Amino acid sequence: MASATTHDHAHGEHHGHSPGFAARWLFSTNHKDIGSLYLIFAAIAALIGGGLSMIMRAQLMYPGQHIVENGQIWNTIVTAHGLIMIFFVVMPGLIGGFGNWFVPLMIGAPDMAFPRLNNISFWLLVPALALVCTGLLMGESGSGWTLYPPLSNAMYEPGPGMDFTLFALHLAGVSSLLGAINFITTIFNMRAPGMTLHKMPLFVWGMLVTAFLLLLSIPVLAGAITMLITDRNFGTTFFDPQGGGDPVLFQHLFWFFGHPEVYIMILPAFGIISHIVSTFSHKPVFGYLGMAYAMVAIGVVGFVVWAHHMFVSGMDVDTRAYFMAATLVIAVPTGVKIFSWIATMWGGAIEMTVPMLWAVGFIFVFTIGGVTGVVLANAGIDQVVHNTYYVIAHFHYVLSLGAVFGLFAGIYFWIGKMTGRPFPEFWARVHFWMFFIGVNLTFFPMHFLGLAGMPRRYPDYPEAFAGWNYVSSIGAYIAGLSALVFFYVMFRTFTSKERLGNNYWGEGATTLEWTVSSPPPFHTYEELPQIR
Amino acid sequence: MRFLGRRFAVFASLLTGAMGGMTTLARSALAQAPKPWEMDMQPAFSPVKHDIIALHDFVLVIITLITLFVGALLVWVLYRYNGKRNPEPSRTSHNTLIEVLWTVLPILILVIIAIPSFRLVYYEDRTQDPALTIKVTAHQWYWEYGYPDQGGLDIESRIIPDSQIKPGQMRLLEVDNPLVVPVGKNIRVLTTSTDVIHSFFIPSLGVQRYAIPGREIETWVRVEKPGRYYGECNQVCGMNHSRMPIVVEALSEADFKAWAAKAKAQEQTSENAPAKSGDDRLVEDRLAAAGPMNEARR
Repeated sequence: MASATTHDHAHGEHHGHSPGFAARWLFSTNHKDIGSLYLIFAAIAALIGGGLSMIMRAQLMYPGQHIVENGQIWNTIVTAHGLIMIFFVVMPGLIGGFGNWFVPLMIGAPDMAFPRLNNISFWLLVPALALVCTGLLMGESGSGWTLYPPLSNAMYEPGPGMDFTLFALHLAGVSSLLGAINFITTIFNMRAPGMTLHKMPLFVWGMLVTAFLLLLSIPVLAGAITMLITDRNFGTTFFDPQGGGDPVLFQHLFWFFGHPEVYIMILPAFGIISHIVSTFSHKPVFGYLGMAYAMVAIGVVGFVVWAHHMFVSGMDVDTRAYFMAATLVIAVPTGVKIFSWIATMWGGAIEMTVPMLWAVGFIFVFTIGGVTGVVLANAGIDQVVHNTYYVIAHFHYVLSLGAVFGLFAGIYFWIGKMTGRPFPEFWARVHFWMFFIGVNLTFFPMHFLGLAGMPRRYPDYPEAFAGWNYVSSIGAYIAGLSALVFFYVMFRTFTSKERLGNNYWGEGATTLEWTVSSPPPFHTYEELPQIR
Repeated sequence: MRFLGRRFAVFASLLTGAMGGMTTLARSALAQAPKPWEMDMQPAFSPVKHDIIALHDFVLVIITLITLFVGALLVWVLYRYNGKRNPEPSRTSHNTLIEVLWTVLPILILVIIAIPSFRLVYYEDRTQDPALTIKVTAHQWYWEYGYPDQGGLDIESRIIPDSQIKPGQMRLLEVDNPLVVPVGKNIRVLTTSTDVIHSFFIPSLGVQRYAIPGREIETWVRVEKPGRYYGECNQVCGMNHSRMPIVVEALSEADFKAWAAKAKAQEQTSENAPAKSGDDRLVEDRLAAAGPMNEARR
């Protein structure tokens, strides 16, 4: 914990220094500016990743379409969509964006522990996204985001586009790793006096667990893709059976990273939802310790369930049985969170503001995504739904609906704090309802397609699957249109003449970021706040 | 206009799809493929699939109840504890009993799910006394089926391209040579691949295993009724991933024996030459791969 310093800095805030544009945005060391950069970056990447999903839904709207020229280009689009949405939208938005903005504000720290590390961890993402897009434009990275060899080996994906994609993951991985180190150090060492771990806001708890997951899982991905790169370029055979290697080894390494990764994407959203539910119910979070340790439990158990992605990879039946049991266990802490949110609302004086709308929407869609996870965890059932659209439906319910609902909830909750300007209430509600209806219409029918056996990563499908695919595409277009509404809402917000006070949500908002002005001054907490 | 026309054509085909399915059903014994607007699993034609459907139906009831319960709670709290109706919020933030309950009850529910689930996983694993073995070898982008018990009979199964689809056939599902198996026998299935990872997946028989180069993965199937069962490759394997379907044709034992003898005889007359070398095989695979590739690029 930081010690309270009592320098006289009453005059420090406004004429401290006002860096020029390049110094402020390119060489930034300020957690708020870097957070803003991350959010802008995520929005741009979302346009690319979302644009790809529109192409995909247009292709799949009818069977036998030829919007996408051939299967290789299709596979490349699918790969880029997955990688961009995960590494360049959800992670930068939730972790880099909100994490950088609000972890220091919520724990009463003046900035992140390592400001320059913070800067490089943002700027590594820019070339990483460029490399993924290069792989996409070259049409040479059609392995799916899971990158399974031999398909990702030089023999089947000979071009450099695949290497670019792999190297992009290295850069994004280093970025996340540096970010994780920064968050852990900040949270452990820079909390304001009196803020013990058990008084820490739940968003900070979520970020802490996320940072540990990143720290432990990213190096495993880095090892796996390094071996893949040397297999491709330097004649090693780590994953090539002809040289004594094993393609299944890659699957184990990939999912040892890949499964914690899904919790990396959802835990910060859990934290955001807790704050919003508590704020607009005008009640403290129900079962705070249970909520915090449920996240820790999800993080810990999340590391020992990875092979449930490999139930048909020919693992021993006892191993499958173990991974099935371990996976089912995750439902328990997740259930604790869902019920605690509802209990937080119970007895409250609920205000249905826009962020609350997103939070309630999150709880509902995350429940749907969670229970289909229980179906998939059953290795026996998974034998006929593995790799089908049921899986697509499941993970989009927890990510495209879950994590992204968390992202939007956070934006509407904090945009006033970040800009000092209110958003147009009506259009924000239009955005919510369009998005909610759109994504549910897109992804719910995919459960039916999956149960009927439609495989994923197909650019064309038998006519029997046409009906639900058509419905799904209509839903995707509605969700796509809602993005325009969102950008209109942002435009109206940024051009608004109104100004907001410190705590524009009222007495329900109790965390420290509501004690500073909106937007906060360039340097906050020159005098550390005291937490009772 | 063209757009509208195509949309109409798709829906017309969807509507007639069900009827078309019925006529095929009347003509041959049974053709089990996905149906238009299907909302549930394909019906079961193997003991494993029967058990999968039973477990899935059971879990589906539980998860539907949970979702409805959470949804109802949400609607109730939003109604009852709306700020207008309930302006004074309580300060309750702990209740040990309810916290223990919502931890223990889910554990009990999961245990109830896990018990039949464990049984199913072990049942699906492999069969003790197979009547015959079939070796499934995946290639980019076709399947090869070996019958070691039928004197090394070996057939290759390729998609019928869109341009050669006959009326009544299903695009992207029909193949030239189906995988022929006897009905009512425990069949050991061994999967492997010569290039990238594929997945051998037949929904109505409850079978799915990856086909991985350098590995041989075992599972089993017993087809209950004569008929044709359609499946598809289910692990991304490159350009023509969607163009390597699987058709299993189940025959009575007598028919199967007759088929195997005939196929073996044909194989011997057509290949009345020394066994192919590995290099020939590789060249053939490449040529075969080139065919459907052009199809997709057209």
